Amino acid sequence: MGDEIVHALDKVSFSVPRGDYIAVIGPSGSGKSTLMNIIGGLDTPSAGTLVVNGADLGKLDDEGLAGFRNKTIGFVFQSFNLLPRLTAMQNVELPMLYSGTPPLERQARASQLLDRVGLGQRKTHRPTQLSGGQQQRVAIARALACEPAVILADEPTGALDTNTTKEILALFKELNREGVTIIIVTHEHEVAQATKRIIEMRDGCIVSDKPVS
Amino acid sequence: MMTPRDLVATSARALRVNPLRSALTALGVIIGVASVVAMVALGEGAQQRVTSSISSLGSNLLIIVPGASRQGGVAQAPGSFNSLTIADAEAIARDVPGAVAVAPSQRGSAQIVADGANWNTRIEGVTPPYLDARDWGVSSGRFFDDREARQARKVAVLGATVAKELFPNSDPISQRIRISGGQYEIIGVLESKGQSGFGQDQDDIVLAPLQTVKRRVSGRQGRANTVSQISVKAESEAALTQLQTDVETLLRQRHRIAEGDTDDFTVQNLSSIADTMKQTTAAFTALLAAISAVSLVVGGIGIMNIMLVSVTERTREIGLRKALGARRQDILWQFGLEAVALSIAGGIVGLLIGSLVAWGVTTLMQVPLVLGGMTAVTAIGFSALVGVAFGAYPAWRAARLDPIEALRRE
Repeated sequence: MGDEIVHALDKVSFSVPRGDYIAVIGPSGSGKSTLMNIIGGLDTPSAGTLVVNGADLGKLDDEGLAGFRNKTIGFVFQSFNLLPRLTAMQNVELPMLYSGTPPLERQARASQLLDRVGLGQRKTHRPTQLSGGQQQRVAIARALACEPAVILADEPTGALDTNTTKEILALFKELNREGVTIIIVTHEHEVAQATKRIIEMRDGCIVSDKPVS
Repeated sequence: MMTPRDLVATSARALRVNPLRSALTALGVIIGVASVVAMVALGEGAQQRVTSSISSLGSNLLIIVPGASRQGGVAQAPGSFNSLTIADAEAIARDVPGAVAVAPSQRGSAQIVADGANWNTRIEGVTPPYLDARDWGVSSGRFFDDREARQARKVAVLGATVAKELFPNSDPISQRIRISGGQYEIIGVLESKGQSGFGQDQDDIVLAPLQTVKRRVSGRQGRANTVSQISVKAESEAALTQLQTDVETLLRQRHRIAEGDTDDFTVQNLSSIADTMKQTTAAFTALLAAISAVSLVVGGIGIMNIMLVSVTERTREIGLRKALGARRQDILWQFGLEAVALSIAGGIVGLLIGSLVAWGVTTLMQVPLVLGGMTAVTAIGFSALVGVAFGAYPAWRAARLDPIEALRRE
């Protein structure tokens, strides 16, 4: 094991035009999570370049990457990752704390985003008082808080039932129609079929990249 | 980057999540600060009492007692040899320019009987300059004058305690008392001086003219013109050392003590005694404060322990915050601030408790309570320092967590 260098990703090259809606699929161990981490600025590739919004991520230091994650990327996780002590509003405000947005502007934007994802009535609820679908909507509102160039969603429907999955996918579709670029990592085919383009990965390589018919 | 206001709000919220745990974590610092504050306040109170009680004996004062004499090579106990005389006192008053007041005195003890009451006390034969030398005064009546002193009149001035014991309900002035069989007229009562630095009640005393006491009370003890003590007052504290040298030189001359021989008298400089006692209490205060400071360090370790647990528990939160754009400094500040807030809160509560303890104990021990702003600032400053010192490592650990690992953690 130790001496062998394992490349989680190899010869992966693709570009995402603004406003695209992509699903990355593949079995576990195919490298799709690593790809997501690299696109999201959580991980840095040992070789190769990643240019997002004109910025070369390889040239950013830790502080630059933090700023990149804050302003350019909106993360949506399988397990929502809301802070349990905070209200829905406060959770949505969280990324704006790190971008230095003034409090009043922050609250106005969080409120507007919660209205947008259909949780106008639940702004002061805490995550434990919300259903799974509602929690994921809060997380999506949070991801949109700093008007990111890309929404990165890692198995966003993995913890949701079929009906809720449909609702969340409808929300994504609507956001995409409004111009938001979205990349979803999933292993569910129904989810992938809801996007515009599917990239299939296996053993760290892209095996197919085609538009959804 | 997070604004300071948001940082404070975030840290405060985290501490409120588990109030009991926060309180217990701060308890170590509370105990540490409280004991340091109490110790320092007590020590400074004791120091102040030493200073004030020694200066109550009289300020800028030299007390000369016979002593440290040798007879045929055998050392005698101080005071056993009656080497001081009234003539010595007169010589000092005449020849030493810095001596503002010179007061020879003879000490004795006697049973005092008033109408139906009696009391055993110190009786001191003095001359009128005694009051000036000891910074004393009469609260009612008058003191005897030079003529009365020369004539060895049987008049007495009572200390406040004696006056209270013998005449609880009546004015002692002009009343008569019996001392060693003689009848004395009370002409005055002294101001109250309280306890001396050595625990003695300074008001338990009767003053009478020196000659009267020598003839009628101490009687055959020693030669007729010896005294047990000479008090010499200097103009100022600065002049005290010079005065002491002058007095010693004069007395060595008068007593014909050869160069290199031991003095047959001892000159006690009260302000140097006060200095020594102050230094001693200061050393004790520092020692006690240092011991208390150990518990402050233990409190700091408690904070570090809980902060490390907290960082582990909140790994996912840290990962999430990083994914949302928190820089290393943001996380460092967030956790560092929690530790500092805990220790400062502990410092404030500790200061209050320590002050309360100090107040209680000083009231009980009748020591003045000394609690300066400096103590407060130092206590809170030190607890903040403890927070920084012991919060730095957990915060650094949190800041350097890998966000991918952290997010994966269940």
